[in-house]
Amino acid sequence: MLATRALASCPGFLISLVSALFRGRHTIAVSEFETVIIDYDAGNLRSVQRACHQVGIDAHITGDPQEVARARRVIFPGVGAAPSAMASLKANGLGETLREVIAAGTPTLGICLGLQISFRHSEEGDTPTLGLLDGEVRRFRFDNPDLKVPHMGWNDVVPNQAHPLLAGIEPGDAFYFVHSYYPAPSRAENVYARADYDGEFACAVGAGNYFATQFHPEKSGRVGLRLFENFKTWDGSC
Amino acid sequence: MLSKRVIACLDVRDGKLAKSVKFVDTKDIGDPIEKAEAYYLDGLDELVFYDITASSDKRNIMLDVVETVAAQVFIPFSVGGGVRSVSDATDLRLAGADKINVNSAAVQRPDLIDECAASIGNQNVVLSMDVLRNASQPSGFEIVINGGRKAMGIDALAWALEGESRGAGELVVNSIDADGTRDGYDIELTRMISEAVRIPVIASGGAGVPEHLVDVLTKGKADAALVASMVHYGDYTVSGLKQSLHDAGVHVRMHW
Repeated sequence: MLATRALASCPGFLISLVSALFRGRHTIAVSEFETVIIDYDAGNLRSVQRACHQVGIDAHITGDPQEVARARRVIFPGVGAAPSAMASLKANGLGETLREVIAAGTPTLGICLGLQISFRHSEEGDTPTLGLLDGEVRRFRFDNPDLKVPHMGWNDVVPNQAHPLLAGIEPGDAFYFVHSYYPAPSRAENVYARADYDGEFACAVGAGNYFATQFHPEKSGRVGLRLFENFKTWDGSC
Repeated sequence: MLSKRVIACLDVRDGKLAKSVKFVDTKDIGDPIEKAEAYYLDGLDELVFYDITASSDKRNIMLDVVETVAAQVFIPFSVGGGVRSVSDATDLRLAGADKINVNSAAVQRPDLIDECAASIGNQNVVLSMDVLRNASQPSGFEIVINGGRKAMGIDALAWALEGESRGAGELVVNSIDADGTRDGYDIELTRMISEAVRIPVIASGGAGVPEHLVDVLTKGKADAALVASMVHYGDYTVSGLKQSLHDAGVHVRMHW
């Protein structure tokens, strides 16, 4: 009764109702998200999403190149094998989109396989990869039978140069790793932190608005969440 | 340098935390979600939930527990108990488990290991093996299933190697002889398996004092030590255990 009277006496209500409906449709068509997590069939991405939520990042999981292109921040995770990941990125055009968003200055965080396929080449299946960074990815090979592959567990991360995403992380803070291949960057300036598994390897790399970790910050307790917190306000400079 | 891991195992029945002695006489000792979060905040390296719910109609409770824990605990988290198919594994992964433990069903149908490895990745498949001493087996140890009640006539060392070759990413080696005794891990068993495989080995069963963890992580060559009663009843804290390991020269994560 009250609603009917309000409608009758206030045609402006109808106008605003109609325009609200249009706005709603408009929003659905454009689908702009502050932060997206790229879904390219490379593992379960919900743990990354949960860690984002924990620090107040409302991250949206998507495999739609347009949604990725429009995002203000991009997370490029992944668990699995380089050959199938590259095949998937080619098939859906997400590899090209990723190259574009990074060129456009969008703050982008790679994790694990995301880091590995940022380099030029991976030994895993002898796979040419995205080439966002110079260098290659090699398999751990040990003569010592006590060293197991994959490198799995908590290892000490030692930053070797400052980076906004590593703010508050102390040398030797441990992060969780699971990987059988490791990055070998060509350029020393791309290396931001190292870990030691029978020899040092780069475990955090970056260039400009792109930063990537071999470890899993989403599984690294409060120090890992700190990295996501830093990402939340990162403007892409370093 | 890679740290040795301290892993807490929570046996969950009908959504409640239970602890068994030699796998019988289980009793409820608290809320698994509260315990999981408390251990996480106290420096736990990894969490294992083991569903010992007897009736299948109550299994969905476990999915809810997993979902809740995954939203507040940001360390590796594996779930096992009653996983019989890739679809069981997938349900648990979607609820928030990182790794899936397979046990009895894999002994009865070993292809389950291959199928899970192909579907969710080797590194996420943990083969949990319950082992009983038996001098008539070549290695001196035999695989048992159904919570230790049924001997399978399978040699434990042979099964560990088969599990690795089928794609398991880690092994939990649980000594039924030692389980619940608090007399210490089976060092001989753990070392034998750890030296034979190239995947991480998690020692389980028998922890009573911090020295037991030190022994199994050094002499036993385990990559991780699983604890339950020691921390569930409040006799020890996770951070206290890690401090003891650190003091004994075992490299563990000390800042969190």
